[in-house]
Amino acid sequence: MRRLARPRRCGLALAFFATVPYGNVVHGHVEEQRGEALRRPGSHRELFVAFSLLALQGFGGVIVVAQRVLCEDKRWLTRAEFVEMLSIGQVLPGPNVCNVALMLGDRFFGWRGAVAALGGLLTVPFGIVLALVAVYARWAANPAVAGALRGMGAVSAGLIAGTALKLAQSLRGSPLGLPLCVALGAAAFVLVGLLRVPLIWALLAVGPAACGLAWPRVGGGGGPR
Amino acid sequence: MSALAWAVLLCQLLLLSLLQIGGALAIAPDLHRLLVERLALLTDAQFAASIAIAQASPGPNTLYIAAIGFQVAGPAGALAAQAAVLLPSSMVAVAVGRWGRARPEWRPVLAFKAGMAPVTIALLAAVSWIIVAEAPGWRHALLAAAAAVTIWRTRVHILWLMAAGALAGALAWV
Repeated sequence: MRRLARPRRCGLALAFFATVPYGNVVHGHVEEQRGEALRRPGSHRELFVAFSLLALQGFGGVIVVAQRVLCEDKRWLTRAEFVEMLSIGQVLPGPNVCNVALMLGDRFFGWRGAVAALGGLLTVPFGIVLALVAVYARWAANPAVAGALRGMGAVSAGLIAGTALKLAQSLRGSPLGLPLCVALGAAAFVLVGLLRVPLIWALLAVGPAACGLAWPRVGGGGGPR
Repeated sequence: MSALAWAVLLCQLLLLSLLQIGGALAIAPDLHRLLVERLALLTDAQFAASIAIAQASPGPNTLYIAAIGFQVAGPAGALAAQAAVLLPSSMVAVAVGRWGRARPEWRPVLAFKAGMAPVTIALLAAVSWIIVAEAPGWRHALLAAAAAVTIWRTRVHILWLMAAGALAGALAWV
């Protein structure tokens, strides 16, 4: 994809990604964290605490914080692995970020790890939500509170967009190549963002095409280990 | 609330759990029909407040289910409802995660991962776009754009950005 690195021609932010120097390839993924080795959590407790802390920072979209903490602070996942887990979490039933937590926890410590990660994600926020329900009626009409929530909503929308840009950098390692990635992404964006098609129909429309296009380009073949 | 009503509600939540494709809010219309229209356990305003609170507070949005359970039956209701709505989907997620990990070089798995990656990223962008498009005003969009560039290009802590957004909103700049 380096041959596509012509920012003036492409104009898109995506073209910028191809110009950033990148590190070595690890386990078939482009290791965009400049070759620094991945780590793994030391214990269930570390998983629980990490997910508790990231959940507490996740206003209006825990995915943003999860990406930063798991890929950049803790280095438990590469960005490409994060996108993979999110892709799976997205097509499965259940909240995406909960599914990512479960799969990550299970990968490191089996079902106990899954429980620790999901428990971390939910326990403290659960208490906060119940407390807020109890006091909500008194504050909902306050214009400063309503304004603050509006401002936080705008920031959280921006954070999600910025996270999408960061994760798009991991597409440099995609066997699909940049043009197909852009085309598939654009199709999904138009369906869900502009035409407001329900997510499940958008996934059913774009998903099979995306996997079909990837099929001849991925190689592989070996079945279960 | 009778034991029978509880059993009906929890069974419904266990079923709806597997229909939460695309996020926790995918089943909100069904829950509204069940709790507000059919069983009349909640008012419309209480239901709407549950979603608003879960979105405004830290943590996953799925906690609107806890807020609903709390308003129906207190802390025990919150715990039971949240557990019921997460249990089946969580078991599926762990099982599928293991299934995929056992076949890391299998072609269908590789094709799924490679094919879905750009779609997943684009869907994040679409979610962001929808939030910005729903709120009127260029200053709102400008604030979102500034937050996007900041998180993308810097390592500024997310809570500073949220605080800046809250301040801008409280002072009626956005």
